[in-house]
Amino acid sequence: MKEKNYAIKIDDLTVAYNYKPVLWDIDLKIPEGVLMAIVGPNGAGKSTLIKSILNIIKPIAGTVKVFGKPYKQQVDKVAYVPQKGSVDWDFPTIALDVVMMGTYGSLGWIKRPGQKEKKQALEALEKVGMLAFKDRQISQLSGGQQQRIFLARALVQNASIYLMDEPFQGVDATTEKAIINILKELRHAGKTLIVVHHDLQTVPKYFDWVTFLNVKGIASGPVRDIFNDDNLTKTYGINYKVAVNK
Amino acid sequence: MELTDFFTNYTLRTITLGTAVLGAICGMLGSFAVLRKQSLLGDAISHASLPGIALAFIITGVKNDNLILIGALISGLVGTFWIKGIVKRTRLKNDTALGLILSLFFGLGMLLLTFIQKMPNANQAGLDKYLFGQAATLVEEDVWVMATVTGISLIVLLLFWKELKLLLFDPDYTKTLGFNTRFLDILITSFIVLAIVLGLKTVGVVLMSAMLLAPAAAARQWTNNLGIMIVLTSILGAFSGVLGTAISASQDNLSTGPVIVLVAAAFVAISFVFSPGRGLLFREIRIRRNRRELHLRKTLTFMYHIARDHEEISHPHAIKILNNFHGFSRKSLTKLEEQQFIKLNGKEWALTKKGYNEAEAMYNKMGTTHD
Ligand SMILES: Nc1ncnc2c1ncn2[C@@H]1O[C@H](COP(=O)(O)OP(=O)(O)OP(=O)(O)O)[C@@H](O)[C@H]1O
Ligand SMILES: [Mg+2]
Repeated sequence: MKEKNYAIKIDDLTVAYNYKPVLWDIDLKIPEGVLMAIVGPNGAGKSTLIKSILNIIKPIAGTVKVFGKPYKQQVDKVAYVPQKGSVDWDFPTIALDVVMMGTYGSLGWIKRPGQKEKKQALEALEKVGMLAFKDRQISQLSGGQQQRIFLARALVQNASIYLMDEPFQGVDATTEKAIINILKELRHAGKTLIVVHHDLQTVPKYFDWVTFLNVKGIASGPVRDIFNDDNLTKTYGINYKVAVNK
Repeated sequence: MELTDFFTNYTLRTITLGTAVLGAICGMLGSFAVLRKQSLLGDAISHASLPGIALAFIITGVKNDNLILIGALISGLVGTFWIKGIVKRTRLKNDTALGLILSLFFGLGMLLLTFIQKMPNANQAGLDKYLFGQAATLVEEDVWVMATVTGISLIVLLLFWKELKLLLFDPDYTKTLGFNTRFLDILITSFIVLAIVLGLKTVGVVLMSAMLLAPAAAARQWTNNLGIMIVLTSILGAFSGVLGTAISASQDNLSTGPVIVLVAAAFVAISFVFSPGRGLLFREIRIRRNRRELHLRKTLTFMYHIARDHEEISHPHAIKILNNFHGFSRKSLTKLEEQQFIKLNGKEWALTKKGYNEAEAMYNKMGTTHD
């Protein structure tokens, strides 16, 4: 395959916080149009991998290419849904404002959002079923609602690649279904989705591609080919069955 | 102090204007420090400026306020960016780095001040005023400098409003959108350093961070809108300045800086107790009201159970039969009558139509949430 067909191509990526390597020599090729889960135990480096792709963290070594180019040249093609706990929800603002932030990238420096941006934000809120909460103070949203707001903010970006860090964390069954439906819809529209996911049981149901990660890259490919005991054991150790059965 | 003094007394007018402008700019920029959870940064910066003050005097040998402020600015900036460098390059946490730089620079500054005291031209230095501030030395030129910096930072704030708001809420996300967060960080931090240095002459190294934090902490209690919060913070800051100056001018031997800080602290205390949304008082009132309301509802549902077994809803019942019910009180019966849910008649009560419907709706709602 030519390089261009990969949404993301990672070569020899090594990342460390304070000299201790957290990601070691990762090679990863993510084809365009997949709905991919990143799985691995706590501290495996999943969030770090996503942040390295997004250039939030500078790696010690290695390269990340987004559609064949460095991230800096492709910012408008990538949307990010951070872990919900990464921000302070007591910030003085309302839900609609947070979703509007998704338009800031395309606006660029200094220019303010206008009616067009507001309309986009309202549409995204509607899509995630949060329109009724648009004027709600963000500290007064439930965890699941906050997660939907973050998703809406990413949807507004209208990107080609979506990187999501545990979007199902702490949401109820209804919200989980609503979110996965939106993800599947995006995939059908040809988008690439990369999702950090903890619930191994739902991987085959939700995703068509999977990456096993535990500091090193263990395996990456179609779920039906590589989602097996062998790779699970390599990633989680012999106790992975406990992880599956909770 | 008489009100007329303000218009006739030139010195007092200058000081009042100066402290007002200072309060406004510190409030405005302090909002950013508070919302970025960098409350300690202001303290570190102001303490870090002390060696610069001393060195400026030692090197030039003259006591020139502007040269001294430039010294303070340089040493404040050096301290600030050392802190950021330490956090970035070592395992030390933010608060450790802040504490380290604060004590290191302040210690060095104190050492240099002692050294200056032994110099032949020591008594003309009067540098200790920078420790606790001396608003009486403010001159018109100082006010102009402060006003200019306030104007510039207001323009910068309005220009980069969208980017700064984004940075405050979610710095990582700001980066992924392609904004240069380093530039934004340096921009806002530099203005904070500038505001602190401008305040040193008035409020002093030791209390300066309170000027930065108190108005913002108070304003946050009253609003959930970032723009309103920053405007309110500036107003509170300016008002603290004016009120503090007035109070200290009305008494002998009250230095202005500490009084201003105390006024600002009083605003914080008032806000934490009395603000409608987040204040302790209204929270307590809300909790009590809810509890009382719950009580009434429980009594009403209990009555509904009794009334349901009779053909006529408004059939009167003895109040006595409520005695077994937990949560019943005379007061709650009167409250229920006020709301026209029941009618009281001597020792008997009867549900009204309205009360019955209300209770029925409540009962059904509870039923569905329980199933
Ligand atoms: N800012 C940081 N400074 C130092 N070490 C860090 C930092 N962030 C993460 N680490 C360490 O890096 C390792 C990987 O962290 P990361 O957050 O990427 O894991 P993860 O796979 O996302 O875990 P989880 O499932 O708990 O979210 C962990 O050992 C963690 O302790
Ligand atoms: Mg993580």
